[in-house]
Amino acid sequence: MISHLPVLIVVIPLAAAIVAPLLARLSPRWSHTLTIGALIGTHICSLVALSRVLTTGTWHYKMGGWSPPWGIEYVIDPLGGGMAVIVSFFAAVVSVYAGPHLGRTRSGRIAIYDSLFLLLTAGLLGIVVTGDLFNLYVFLEISSLSAYALLSDGGSRALVAAFRYLLVGTIAGSFYLLGIGYLYALTGALTMSEVHLALESVAVPSRALAMGVALVVVGLGIKAALFPLHGWLPDVYTHAPPQVIGFVSAVMTKVSAYALFRILYFVVGGTSVANRALEILGWAAVLAMLAGSAMALQQRDIRRMLAYSSVGQMGYIFLGFSLANPMAMIGALLHLVNHAVIKACLFLVVGGILWRTKVSKISGFAGMGKRMPLSMAAFSVAALSVVGLPPMGGFFSKWYLLLGAMEEGAWMFVTALVLSSLLTAGYLFRVIEIAYFGQLTAPDEHTEPKNVSMEIPGAMLGPILILAAGVVLLGVFNQYVVVNFIQSAIPVL
Amino acid sequence: MEDTVFGHLHYWLSAALLLIGLHGMLVNPNLVKKLMAMNILQVAVITFFISIAAKSGAAPPIAVDGDGTLTSLSYVNPLPHALMLTAIVVSVSTTGVALALLIRIYRRYGTLNEGELLEKLRE
Repeated sequence: MISHLPVLIVVIPLAAAIVAPLLARLSPRWSHTLTIGALIGTHICSLVALSRVLTTGTWHYKMGGWSPPWGIEYVIDPLGGGMAVIVSFFAAVVSVYAGPHLGRTRSGRIAIYDSLFLLLTAGLLGIVVTGDLFNLYVFLEISSLSAYALLSDGGSRALVAAFRYLLVGTIAGSFYLLGIGYLYALTGALTMSEVHLALESVAVPSRALAMGVALVVVGLGIKAALFPLHGWLPDVYTHAPPQVIGFVSAVMTKVSAYALFRILYFVVGGTSVANRALEILGWAAVLAMLAGSAMALQQRDIRRMLAYSSVGQMGYIFLGFSLANPMAMIGALLHLVNHAVIKACLFLVVGGILWRTKVSKISGFAGMGKRMPLSMAAFSVAALSVVGLPPMGGFFSKWYLLLGAMEEGAWMFVTALVLSSLLTAGYLFRVIEIAYFGQLTAPDEHTEPKNVSMEIPGAMLGPILILAAGVVLLGVFNQYVVVNFIQSAIPVL
Repeated sequence: MEDTVFGHLHYWLSAALLLIGLHGMLVNPNLVKKLMAMNILQVAVITFFISIAAKSGAAPPIAVDGDGTLTSLSYVNPLPHALMLTAIVVSVSTTGVALALLIRIYRRYGTLNEGELLEKLRE
């Protein structure tokens, strides 16, 4: 059993996705319980796999006993295993949170939602554990397809946003596939490690390699919502159903970013083309940090503000990866974890407030600090972390990024980091200020009795508080996380 | 000149299909036509893969009881074909999801024209 752990990480959610709708015929409640159970099981599998990888080294699993190049290989290294732990953790937490939201939908839809959510998780987990370029494409499309369907279920505007996302996402997928085609034509291999070996004998500079890498970068750049390829993201995030967006905003773009850097470092790594691509990504990241934060500052809808904030924060992660020195890389991975926790926490709180009060305008947050004290406390903790105040996690990841940029002597990047943080403080403190010090404008007597707590139910509050605690713990124990996990996950340069 | 144009004609064709698809997705105001252009884009990638596998004078990759002369030159590489079967499945399911979305968009807004849709969204 334990020797099949790498494949179980994908198979458990995939099988549960098939079983859940069948089980729902007996009882919708069971299907949701199964979903939560399967995702917790997946999380445990990922944890066990990661702990084994950290002690015994990279784990190669041959699918069906066929070794590459005939079979597909799953590779779990500290980086991929860590990503699997993150993805499955958020899937489990958000599936608990989804309970009250689903209670309001027709019971027939619960199973569809659960099934799609499990498929999305299976796709994302597949991307992080696979060692095969084409298998990665298949998982990318599995996750994207289920995401289109899930994200379209947030009202009529969500339909249009999801359709546009589908078109853009398919262009991205096709570009990625075409890029893989170039790499395959050059090397005759699809297994990541073999492509890497074969590329050493490719004459440099190869125009085909440059084209292939460019297509992969653009394709995955779109999926990762890297500025200026982020066009699909704000509409999708704004109109998506709250229980889905907590998960999608936390991990989906990051998994694509992970895939991009796995390819740039582990597949085409060391070639001049890869270095050039990283250089360009660095500048795109700077633009993303500044533009994303600046656009977030102008939004009136809180979900749209957080969406642009995600565009900006993805810039930090891309910046760290593209600087390619250990310090910046630690910063990038730490920020990836931090931002996943932060953004999931923020979106879950916003989703909870939307669930209780139907408020999504920032101006509607007035008095929320008194009416929903615990949720707003969690929101504030997460907001302080994005801004980068110690002892929250966000401070330390930005600190590592700053050290990495200084080591490189990249003063433009340092300036952009600081400037973007100031802008971030601008848009998030505005929300906190309104929530705690804003005047309640004419409360509706019928729906909002003054003395009754507006706090959301425990199934929603629990996950939010866990994430808020995670934000603080990641800050306090950042040293532990960096030494034990991240340092073994960064590629040796 | 001859070699770059006619020797690689199949590559030029898939490049042309790719551009036609992209152009259609960007320019066409009708969402169904955008979807059809998306399919053209996907077909471009599929033809690209199939054409890398092609060889002149090669047989299908079926093992025949051997005279022992089987080399990689005598059969067509089957892997890109297998990959593209998967890609076709992906393309079909994407189209399915997209059509389902379009039906719901049409029921809600009564139009599939992007301009009219944007106007209705602004209201």
